[in-house]
Amino acid sequence: MKSTQQLERQLKRRSKAAKLEIWGRLISLTALLLIVAVVVGIIGFVASKGIATFTSNHVNLWDFLSGKNWNPGITDAHGKPEVGALPMIVGSFLITILSAIVATPFAIGTAVFMNEISPNKGAKILQPVTELLVGIPSVVYGFIGLSVVVPTTRALFGGSGFGILSGTCVLFVMILPTVTSMSADALRAVPRYYREASLALGATQWQTIYKVVLRAATPGLMTAVVFGMARAFGEALAVQMVIGNAALMPNSLVSPSSTLTSVLTTGIGNTVMGSLQNNALWSLALVLLLMSLVFNLIIRLIGRKGRLQ
Amino acid sequence: MSKKRWVQGLVLVVLVALGVFAYQTRQVSHAGESITAVGSTALQPLVEAAGEQYTGEHLGTFINVQGGGTGTGLSQIQEGAVQIGDSDLFAAEQKGIRANELVDHRVAVVGITPIVNKRVGVQNLSTHQLIQVFTGQVTNWKQVGGADLPIVLINRAQGSGTRATFEQFGLMKHRSKTAQEQDSSGMVRSIVATTPGAISYVAFSYVDRTVQDVSLNHVAPTEDNVTTNKWPIWSYEHLYTKGQPTGLTKAFIAYVQSPAIQKTLVRQLGYLSPNQMTVERNATGHITQTGGA
Repeated sequence: MKSTQQLERQLKRRSKAAKLEIWGRLISLTALLLIVAVVVGIIGFVASKGIATFTSNHVNLWDFLSGKNWNPGITDAHGKPEVGALPMIVGSFLITILSAIVATPFAIGTAVFMNEISPNKGAKILQPVTELLVGIPSVVYGFIGLSVVVPTTRALFGGSGFGILSGTCVLFVMILPTVTSMSADALRAVPRYYREASLALGATQWQTIYKVVLRAATPGLMTAVVFGMARAFGEALAVQMVIGNAALMPNSLVSPSSTLTSVLTTGIGNTVMGSLQNNALWSLALVLLLMSLVFNLIIRLIGRKGRLQ
Repeated sequence: MSKKRWVQGLVLVVLVALGVFAYQTRQVSHAGESITAVGSTALQPLVEAAGEQYTGEHLGTFINVQGGGTGTGLSQIQEGAVQIGDSDLFAAEQKGIRANELVDHRVAVVGITPIVNKRVGVQNLSTHQLIQVFTGQVTNWKQVGGADLPIVLINRAQGSGTRATFEQFGLMKHRSKTAQEQDSSGMVRSIVATTPGAISYVAFSYVDRTVQDVSLNHVAPTEDNVTTNKWPIWSYEHLYTKGQPTGLTKAFIAYVQSPAIQKTLVRQLGYLSPNQMTVERNATGHITQTGGA
C-alpha cells in the first residue's frame, strides 16, 4: 500500500529533466524577447528621429529624396533648407551594385572550383583563405584602399583617385568572402544524384556544372549575392576613406562622391542633437535601415521561391 | 555530483569577490569627484593632457575627456549631460544652441592655414585668389601662378569648427564649393600630401614637411602674425559650462587658464595662449585692440 503511494508520488512529481526543460525554455524565451526589444527599440528610435525632419522641420519628403544639394546648414533661395539626399542614395546604390557585379563571377567561380572541380584543394587552401578575408577589419581594407587603390586609380584614370571606382575595388574584396562561402553552401546543397544523372547521360563535367548544378543552385546563389549587396550597402568606414565624401552627383566613376554611410560618419559629430542638421542625418540613417530591411525581404522571397521548386 | 558542487562553489566565490571589488571601487570614485569634458577633437589633446596633470596633482579627482566633435560638445553641455563642453566655435555661431545659458571660458587660440600639395608650386595667394580657388572660379593652379595641375579641393566636414573658421575669416564668409570632405585634420594632411593639386586647411600644429603652407597676401602663417591679427584665420578654443562652474569644474578650468598651463602645455601642444593676443574677437567676428601682453 505504502509503496504504491510512493510510486504514485514519484510518477506524478515533475522529474528533474522536466524542470530543466522549463528552465531552458524560460531562458531562451527571455533571450529572444530581449533581442526583439532591442531591434524594435532601434527601429523605433531611428524612425522617430528620422521622421522629425519631415514633421518638425517641414522638409518635403520628395525634396529630400530627389534634391541634389546637401547643405543642411544653409537655406536655398526659397528659404528651405538644402537637404537633397539624392547624391548619397545614388552613390550608395551605384557602389553596391557595381561591387556585386564585380564580385559575383569571382565568388561563383571560386565556389565552383571548391565544390565541383577540385574539392580536395578547395577545402585545404581556398576555404581557409576566404575565412581569413572575412576576419580582416574594415579599417584595414580602408587603409589599404587609401594607400594603394586610390593612388593606382589616380595614375590609371586621372582625377584625384577618390571616387566610386576606388570604393568598388575595396568593397569587392570585402564582400567577396561572404558571397563565396554562401555560394559554396548553395552548391553543396545540390543533391549528388543530379550530378550523377547528368554524367550518366553523357554530359561533360562543364556541361553538368553549367546546365545542372548552377541552375539548381540559382536561388541559393542569388541569396548569396543579395547578402553581399546588403553588406556593401551598410559598410561605412572603408568606403568613407576612399570615396572622397563629396555630396555631389557622381558624373564619372573617378569623381569624388559619397554614400549614405560616409555622410553619416563624417557629419554626426559636428551637429547638435535636435537641430535640423542632426535630424537630416537621422533621416539618412532611416533610409539606410529601410534599405537593409528591403534586402532582407528580398533574401526571404528568394528563399521561399527556391523551396517551392 | 561533488565535482559539480565544487564548481558551483567556485563560481559563487568569484561572484562574491567581484561584488566586493566593485563595491570597493565604487566607494573610491564616490569619495573623489569626477567631471566629464566632451567635444571638439581639436581641443581634446590639450584638455586630456591638462586633465592628466591635474588629477596627478589632486588625488581622488577624475577628469574624463571625450571627443565627438564641437556639435556634440555643445549639445551635451546644453542638456547638462556633462560638466564641460569643448568647442572650436562661439556657442552663438552654432545653430540650435541657446548661447545665453552657457558660460564661455577661452583656454587657447588656434591659427589655421591653407595647405597645398608640394607640387602645386604656390606659396602665396591673395584673399581674392583663395576665394576663387575655393568657390571654383579657378580650376587650374596655373591660373594663380602655379604648376599646370587641376585644383583638388578638400574640405573638412560641414559643421567642423576648422571649416567654419576658415570660411569666415579666410574666405570672407564665402561658402566653399561642394567638394571632398574629410572628418579629421590628420586625414586631410595625408591626402593633401599625396594628391597632386590638392588644397585644404589645417591648424598650425598639423603642418609638417609633407605639405606646403600658403601665405595670404604675403603674410606668413606664423604665431606672431596671429597674435596681432595680421593673420586673420584663427579661432578661440572654448570650454563651455552651463551656468557658472562650481567645485571641481571651476577648479579645473582655472587650472587650464593658469599661467602654469598656458605657458607650458598650451605652447607645447601647438596652441597659442589667449594671453599672448594683442586683439580680442567677439562672436560676430568684431576685433578690438587690447594692447595685450
